[in-house]
Amino acid sequence: MRHTRLELWSRGTTFAHRRHPAAKIAVALTFLVCIATLQPSGWRIGVLYFVALTSMAFAARLPVPRLHLAAAVVLPFAGVFALISFLAGTPEKGLAMMVRAWLSAFTTVLLMATTSQPDLLAGLESLHAPRFLVQVMQFLYRYLLVLLEEAGAMRAAAASRAGKLRAREFRRAAAAAGVLFARSWGRAQAIHRAMTARGFDGHIPRFRSLRLTWPDAWFVALLATFAIVARLAIR
Amino acid sequence: MSRIVEVRGLRYAWEDGTEALRGVDFDLEAGQTVALLGANGSGKTTFALHLNGLLKASAGSIQIDTLVLNDKSLPVIRRKVGLVFQDSDNQLFMPTVLEDVAFAPLTAGLTSAQATEKAMAALRQVDMEAKAHKAPWHLSSGEKKRVAIAGILASDPSLLVLDEPTTFLDPPGQRSLAALLADLPQAKILITHDMTFARALTKEAVFFQEGKIAARGPLDEVITRFDWY
Repeated sequence: MRHTRLELWSRGTTFAHRRHPAAKIAVALTFLVCIATLQPSGWRIGVLYFVALTSMAFAARLPVPRLHLAAAVVLPFAGVFALISFLAGTPEKGLAMMVRAWLSAFTTVLLMATTSQPDLLAGLESLHAPRFLVQVMQFLYRYLLVLLEEAGAMRAAAASRAGKLRAREFRRAAAAAGVLFARSWGRAQAIHRAMTARGFDGHIPRFRSLRLTWPDAWFVALLATFAIVARLAIR
Repeated sequence: MSRIVEVRGLRYAWEDGTEALRGVDFDLEAGQTVALLGANGSGKTTFALHLNGLLKASAGSIQIDTLVLNDKSLPVIRRKVGLVFQDSDNQLFMPTVLEDVAFAPLTAGLTSAQATEKAMAALRQVDMEAKAHKAPWHLSSGEKKRVAIAGILASDPSLLVLDEPTTFLDPPGQRSLAALLADLPQAKILITHDMTFARALTKEAVFFQEGKIAARGPLDEVITRFDWY
C-alpha cells in the first residue's frame, strides 16, 4: 500500500498540525474565498498571501519547495484559460488567473499537509458537511491510492516486457486504461469487503476525540482576520 | 466441546448463474482447526465469505456460536468470525497500526481508551506491540499479516478464517505465522494450498470440489486421496 507524501507530512506534531481540523478548514476556506476574489490589480495581496502561506508551511516544518511544486499541478489547467486571456488581449487577467489558481492549490496542499485524511474528514463532519459527501471523499481517497498502485504495477509489468516506455507508447497505455479501471475495481471491492468484515458501517471511527480549544479559536480568529483585512485594505 | 459453526445445505450462485456452492454441510467445534483444500474456484473462499455474512446464501443456513446468521445477528457475527484476507494490503487501511487494530472495537462502540487497551492487547498477542505507532505500509509482509491478525483478534472472535495466510511470506515468516496461530485458542479454518503449513496447524482437512465438500477426514488421508501434494 503506497501513500502520498502529503499523508506522511500530515503526521507532524507542530502547532499547525495540532490545531483542530475544523479550525484549519475554516482558515483555508477564508483564504480560498479571499484568493478567488482577487482582482488582477491586487498582485500585492497575492504576494502577501504567498508570504503568509509560505511562512505557515515553514512553521509547520514542511518541505516548502516540494509543497510549492505540488501546488503547481494546477498550472497546466489554469494555463489553458490564461492563454485564452493572453490571446484576447487581457494578459493581466490571464496572469491573475494563474496566480489565483496556484495560491488556491497551495492553500489546499498546506491544509492537507498539516491534517491527516481521517482528521480532515472528521473536521468536515464537525462542520456538518453532509455525511454522504464525507463518505464519498473517504472512499475516493482510499481508492485513488488503489488506482495509483494498480497503475504502478501495470506500468512495471509493461516496462519489463517493452523496455523503456516512450511517449509514443501513450496510445497503447491509453488502451490499457480500461484494464486499469477493471483491476482497480476488483481491488476496491476487496478492500471494501475487508472493511465490511470488520464491522464497517459506513463511518470510519475516530481514534482520538477532537475538541476545539482556545488556541484553535485564536488560530482561526487571527488568520481569518488577516486574510480578510489584507483583502479589503490593500488595493 | 461446543459447536462454533453449523452450516446446512449452503448454496450460492454468482450473478451469471454459475453455482459456486452446491449444498455445503459443515460443522466446527470450539478450538478446533481444519484446513480447507481444493482447486482454485472450488468454492473455498466463497464458503468462507458466507461465514462472515459478506455473501448472502441463495439457500441453506449458517449458525455461528448458537446465533443464526441473519440481518439482525450480522453485526455480532462479524465480531465473532474474524476473516484474515489473502492480501494484507487490502485489509490495513488506517494511518497507523494502532488505529487499524482499534478500528473494529471503535466501530463496536468502545471508547478510545477501551479500544486502545484492546488493540494493544491484540498487538501483544501477535508480538507487534513495538510497531503500534508505525504506518502499516512501512511493515514487512510478515508484520502486515500479524497486524491483520491483531485487527481481527481485537474483536475477541470465536473463529478465525484465514484465506491463504502464507501468501507473500518467506519461509521463516511462514514458520513464525504457524507458531503464532498454533498458540491462539480460537477455532480456525485455514484455506491453503501449502501442505507444510496445514500440517503444522491441523490434522484434519475438508476437500472442496466443484462447490461441494467431497471429503472430510485426517489431513494426510485427504492429501493422498486427492493427490494434493
